[in-house]
Amino acid sequence: MSDFEPLLREETPQVLSALVRHYGHFDLAEEAVQEALLAAAQQWPEEGVPDNPRGWLIRVGSRRLVDLLRSESARRQREENAANLAAPEEFVASAPDVDDPGGRDDTLTLLFLCCHPAVSAASQIALTLRAVGGLTTAQIAAGFLVPEATMAQRISRAKRSIKQAGSTFEMPPEAERDARMGAVLHVLYLIFNEGYTASSGSSLHSAELTTEAIRLVRGVRRLLPDDGEVAGLLALMLLTDARRPARTDSDGGLIPLAEQDRSKWNQQAIVEGEALVSDALSRTQLGPYQVQAAIAAVHGTAERAEDTDWPQIVALYQVLEQISDNPMVRLNHAVAVAMATGPKEGLALLEPLGSDQRITEHHRLEAVRAHLLELSGDLDGARASYLLAARRTTSIPERNYLQSKADRLS
Amino acid sequence: MLLIYSNPESWAGLSAAQREGLARSHEELSRELTEQGMLVSAAGLADPITTRTVSVRDDTRTTTDGPYAEAKEHLAGFYLVECDDIDQAIEYAARIPDAKYLAVEVRPVMDNSGLEM
Repeated sequence: MSDFEPLLREETPQVLSALVRHYGHFDLAEEAVQEALLAAAQQWPEEGVPDNPRGWLIRVGSRRLVDLLRSESARRQREENAANLAAPEEFVASAPDVDDPGGRDDTLTLLFLCCHPAVSAASQIALTLRAVGGLTTAQIAAGFLVPEATMAQRISRAKRSIKQAGSTFEMPPEAERDARMGAVLHVLYLIFNEGYTASSGSSLHSAELTTEAIRLVRGVRRLLPDDGEVAGLLALMLLTDARRPARTDSDGGLIPLAEQDRSKWNQQAIVEGEALVSDALSRTQLGPYQVQAAIAAVHGTAERAEDTDWPQIVALYQVLEQISDNPMVRLNHAVAVAMATGPKEGLALLEPLGSDQRITEHHRLEAVRAHLLELSGDLDGARASYLLAARRTTSIPERNYLQSKADRLS
Repeated sequence: MLLIYSNPESWAGLSAAQREGLARSHEELSRELTEQGMLVSAAGLADPITTRTVSVRDDTRTTTDGPYAEAKEHLAGFYLVECDDIDQAIEYAARIPDAKYLAVEVRPVMDNSGLEM
């Protein structure tokens, strides 16, 4: 990729914010910015990067947006001949301050807009990556392994929904802000997960998604340095991503946490993540991302798998269950209890999950049961559970891993 | 993956109006799925009469005419859609007009992702 791609990505939210603040019309402004980015990608390699890249992008984007607004307005006038529509002059407000776009950072406002409740999670992700992350539709489509046309539709649809919901470019009211912030962090978390869970095959694109998620959450943290959950999410991503070099073998097979070569873990990311989460836990309001990061930190700081402080992990899962109760948390809690106390105690905690509609058919429940049965010495039971889990998963590396566990027991 | 099953007799038994209705329903569904950004791919498959089944045993290749499974029903086409969950996929499967004549099978697609377990 070109040398100035990071620069373009960095400037995307600033340029888009400047246009939306001056002209409104988020949907068309977003399109105009994409075209300005494209123009930069074509012209800068030959003509060199301008002295004021942001100003250049705003100028080109503005010009394009004015064209779009004019043709939009002309089209509407043709179609409806309506007197109540704004005249073109009204759209064409004074030009944004090209050289000094106000010195303000509207990235957060932009994130709130992209993660609008009128838009589905899948579309929130796509729009965030494009409007805030500065990725092209092709890059986003590649990351999610869908055709570019499908991704393009998803993005236009998201923009339409936001337009229909009549959302304006301003921070949501105080009362709504916490809930909307939750959606923003969830979207960043999903982007990270999409990149992290994919292993070989698509790893090239997927690594880009995790890097992008970390970059975006770093950006949010610069704007909200005192928010514990923002710090928690960043810490969680860093501590999880630190394991990336150790989590797959050369064939792309998954290596479980207990068997990973910990010397391959990224120590720098672990140190940063641990410092972030300790600081957040000591001085901000507790939230689920901080607790999950704390759990990841306990794993991250154990030099060998057998050094893992399981009692502490059990205690953290108890806290997590109280603030964010879901069957996946209970499942992980059961594993921690089995490791801290014994497989029988862990299996007892799995019992009630068997009748929980949300997880009863999930392969993870069966995989955990298999693992705990194996630890308890019930090898036949373990083998049957590994095989059932292997049949239930839709992930090829997971199926191979579970199948090999079953094979080893026969 | 929404797999459409059919059999040549039930297809032959349709009136021209029914076939036209079928085609229109497919067009509408495809358009809707495309607009929603959910469609990954879709295709109708040619009649089983055009099928060849290939198998290799001890490096020897044999080719036979016709589908692998000797059944009256055959795989007639598919939609590959991105759904949030199986229930949403079932909703769309029920909208495939062929569901009225024989059946549409819903199957998840395997992928290369996975967590360290």
